[in-house]
Amino acid sequence: MAKTYFTTDHEWLSVEGGIATVGITDYAQEQLGDLVFVELPEVGKTLSKGDTAVVVESVKAASDVYAPVDGEITAANEALSADPALVNSAPTGDGWLWKMKLADESQLAGLLDEAGYQAHIG
Amino acid sequence: MAGDEHLKTLPLEDVHKAAGARFGGFAGWSMPLTYPAGVMKEHQHCRDHVGLFDISHMKLFLVTGPGAAALINRACPIDAGALEQSQSKLTFFLNDQAGIRDDLIVTRLGAERFMVVANAGNAAADEAHLKGFAKDFDAEVKPLDRVFLAVQGPEAAEVLRAAGLDVDALTFMHGVEPRANWFMSRSGYTGEDGFEIGLPENDARDLLAKLTGDERVQWIGLAARDSLRLEAGLCLHGQDLSPETDPASAALMWAIPKELRASGTFVGADALRAILEKGPATKRVGLKPEGRQPVRAGTKLTDADGNPAGEVTSGGFGPSVGHPVAMGYVSTPLAKAGTKLFADVRGTKVPVDVAALPFSPHRYHKG
Repeated sequence: MAKTYFTTDHEWLSVEGGIATVGITDYAQEQLGDLVFVELPEVGKTLSKGDTAVVVESVKAASDVYAPVDGEITAANEALSADPALVNSAPTGDGWLWKMKLADESQLAGLLDEAGYQAHIG
Repeated sequence: MAGDEHLKTLPLEDVHKAAGARFGGFAGWSMPLTYPAGVMKEHQHCRDHVGLFDISHMKLFLVTGPGAAALINRACPIDAGALEQSQSKLTFFLNDQAGIRDDLIVTRLGAERFMVVANAGNAAADEAHLKGFAKDFDAEVKPLDRVFLAVQGPEAAEVLRAAGLDVDALTFMHGVEPRANWFMSRSGYTGEDGFEIGLPENDARDLLAKLTGDERVQWIGLAARDSLRLEAGLCLHGQDLSPETDPASAALMWAIPKELRASGTFVGADALRAILEKGPATKRVGLKPEGRQPVRAGTKLTDADGNPAGEVTSGGFGPSVGHPVAMGYVSTPLAKAGTKLFADVRGTKVPVDVAALPFSPHRYHKG
């Protein structure tokens, strides 16, 4: 059963079997506005927590999405190349950004649960 | 930019809050950036129907008196006395090096009466600048406190007619004073037919009650205002125009009458003549990035061999053209449409074509 975590940078992670699927929250997509381009990461790339993993571009601006934990990219959501607006319409579903193999599962303990995230965005 | 607490608020902020606007800072003002529809829908609505913009951050100056035309002729590279009644022109305040301090619209409202519309970010400097000239000419410069609304789009004239305004006498780039303390011009910043109306706050609230009740009308935030003007190839001062760029490099010499280039005594005339004699080293051009990735302001451009070619000054996505759009300055030999350049986007070389402006055709009502 997947467990979902959140970051104060408005990302969500759904973790199952040592693999995290990562996306941005509904709150984040609303703040960003209509997305027109998503710069996806290369599969196989190793990221440390805080590294830029993806750049999402709205009509007006580009914003970095950071790796919430250490790990190796195992998949990027190629559907976003053709339809970046999936991040707006289904941020926690079809609009996921990438999957990564966790390097250190103990890092998950430092993340928020849903109630903690809701409290964070007020 | 100062923190939000220092931002000025629009007189109609309550109206925008009620409409669900998301606010952000621009040129010292807290401005509606988007409404609940979002930038893509707002942009397209303006192209298809009517967009309503609160542009009260912009400043109106009334210049009056026997020396009004002479003052404007000194301050701007324009022949104010040659303007017909109600005619508007794009012009500039230049510095001594012919750098663009601000771009403005000047409208002749009477023999000794002119309206000057200036950008928000430069309003205070423009006021001091204009008043500095007033000492030398028999003229008065009066900044006006007005709500300023833009009504833009193919159905703008119909919508204003339905609201009881007489718009039919106006053609593109003409302006009048239809009521006491009103200024209305057929002009805008979207490439569409449209109007800009400066009026007292109470009158504005009455007019808005009619306009926002019309289903063809939708509020448009600053985000879509920017994408609309960029598709239309229109410049934003502070990005595409600045004290470091001159009208020749900016490809805006069409705004300066030919005879003035030789004989004008406006501020910056000598420097501009020298630039024209040599030819500008760089030119403002349209830029069309290949693919879907936007190329933003500040991005460096190179030629096919990797040599520096210029810089992007405005860039984003064009919702109605469906691809990224940008403007920037490139060395003059590279300014021809079709020239292949490359933009350095976070280390990736994105191919960019020099492109003719506008990206979205102008649909002005020229009568």
